[in-house]
Amino acid sequence: MNNNGHLISMKNVTKVYKTGKIHVDALRGVDLDIGRGEFVAIIGPSGSGKSTLMNIMGCLDMPTTGEYHLDGRPVANMGIHQLSSIRNKKIGFIFQNFNLLAYATTFENVELPLIFAGKPGAYRKQRVMECLENVGLANWAEHKPTELSGGQMQRAAVARALANEPDIILADEPTGNLDSKSGGEIIDLFEQLNELGRSVVTITHDMNIAHRCHRIIRIMDGLIESEKHNGNGRDKNLTQD
Amino acid sequence: MKSLVIFKQFFHDVRRQKLRTLLTTFGIIWGTAATIILVAFGNGLYIHQEKQFLGLGERLVIVWGGKTALPYKGLPKGRWVRFTDDDIDMLKREIPEITMASPEYAGMGMLTYGKKTVSQNVIGVKPEWGAVRNMIPEAGGRFLDEIDLDYRKRVIFLGTDIRTDLFGEGIDPVGKYVTLRGTPFLVVGVLKQKDQNSSYRGRDTRKVYIPYTTFKTMWGHTHPENMIYQVADPARSKRVEAEVFKVLGRKYSFDPKDEQALWIWDTNDSLGEWRPFFEGFRIFLGIIGVFTLIVGGIGTANIMYVVVKERTREIGVKMAMGATRAHIMFQIIVESLLITAIGGFFGFFIAKFFEKAFPLLKLGEYVGDPVISPNTVFVAIAIIGSIGLIAGFFPARRAARLNPVEALKA
Repeated sequence: MNNNGHLISMKNVTKVYKTGKIHVDALRGVDLDIGRGEFVAIIGPSGSGKSTLMNIMGCLDMPTTGEYHLDGRPVANMGIHQLSSIRNKKIGFIFQNFNLLAYATTFENVELPLIFAGKPGAYRKQRVMECLENVGLANWAEHKPTELSGGQMQRAAVARALANEPDIILADEPTGNLDSKSGGEIIDLFEQLNELGRSVVTITHDMNIAHRCHRIIRIMDGLIESEKHNGNGRDKNLTQD
Repeated sequence: MKSLVIFKQFFHDVRRQKLRTLLTTFGIIWGTAATIILVAFGNGLYIHQEKQFLGLGERLVIVWGGKTALPYKGLPKGRWVRFTDDDIDMLKREIPEITMASPEYAGMGMLTYGKKTVSQNVIGVKPEWGAVRNMIPEAGGRFLDEIDLDYRKRVIFLGTDIRTDLFGEGIDPVGKYVTLRGTPFLVVGVLKQKDQNSSYRGRDTRKVYIPYTTFKTMWGHTHPENMIYQVADPARSKRVEAEVFKVLGRKYSFDPKDEQALWIWDTNDSLGEWRPFFEGFRIFLGIIGVFTLIVGGIGTANIMYVVVKERTREIGVKMAMGATRAHIMFQIIVESLLITAIGGFFGFFIAKFFEKAFPLLKLGEYVGDPVISPNTVFVAIAIIGSIGLIAGFFPARRAARLNPVEALKA
């Protein structure tokens, strides 16, 4: 156990994609700790490895080498079933294009992680409505995603991410498909969630959003190029310390 | 997944891909209907044949006297064996496995009613003969009985066609008198119409029957043409036959191994020989049907592969939400089962409709009417279920093995 109380703890994490004979080094040795209650932005140009980093954080992908501890437990030793369970209970994903099920209502979309968690129907109903109220969509429960605006869809996705009360929200460019006002509302939501003690990690291209986070991590060519703490003025340059 | 979401998705896809779903389901509908109809035909044909075999008689053996082909105890070969009435009682007495037996006399006779006259085969028998040969009278009539026999009564039982020839339609001949060889005979019964696919001396519907005692006084015959007997257990019919050779051989002094001395037609044999053929035929039809169904199943599996491909991203999202492999597989398999269940349901009703409609074509006399047995339905459900399961399983496994990161990029 080597997590120093961090929620996310990565040591020299690399990721190599092999397509035939071509090897792509997506991550080339990342060290990163994220504590409970942190609000972190990950920035960097396309192809720098942000999404790969986030996929590994979210247990969707495994590092090629290096250590990753999530809440003190080494992810490398986990089986498929355990990884599913972690994604279900500890992590809430939010995607750029919302990824709501088109044929299901807002309610049913939010209900999905609860179904996967095997929660009973009565509890699911109550919990879904709580989550929808939190994001201001209680009146839209029976609407299909196509009847919602972009901002509403992303809020529905946030409600879905929150359903199982995860430790950490992982958002991959959550405002990328939204106008600035709707995008702002999503970040407002993230701030509220963060104030209630939940860790939030978001990939973004929008520096306005990045500056509202506590910490900005810049990825470049598969390495952490720099880290900047907002608010308390601490700045430091870190490349593989 | 304890939720209606699966069904919602299924019906969403059905609406969006009407033609595709229709064609897929059609494969299963056709396969199910074909399987059930083919097997039902096999059943019907078998039942039809069995009924026709039983038309001649049940557990029936017919014996004619033959000509000896082996010398025996100083006697030369080439002697005729001619039965007497006593042989019947002797056989029944000495071979307990013979449950009923009757002599059978036969001759031609002119039969008259009113102005109509027909020349017919007249058969003289004991009452048991009617029971063994399934001579079921039409309502209101009876076959010959013991009293008729004992008093040599002039009573007559008419074959169905003879009744029609003499009386036409609409007249009940029972209680009326007909003239046979110039002697009046009281009609006691008419044979109920029966199917029969084998016979000797003509179909039963084209003959008339009188007590053999009466026959002997009128025709002067002293030896029956042949005898018939019924065995208790058709499986032991061969052994009874050997006994008959032994018993009659002793009386008529021929070698029990002399196969020419008696001509025996064991109808148990014929039915027994046909049974495996029909069983095989039924299995053959069933296999053809099942292959049709399997082709339908392959179609379903293909569509499920397409469904998995179309939903790759969604599967990725679900995996990100914490769906296990079981969750992913469950949905695909349930959808596949739904398609096959719906197809099977309609297929069954088409088959059922066919079963009801076919008799209207009036072809049953030749090939039998199809009969859907509960067994067929049960087996069909089991096969459809397995096909649905297998057609869903492999696409489902592919879905469950998707890499979540790749799936999300799709």
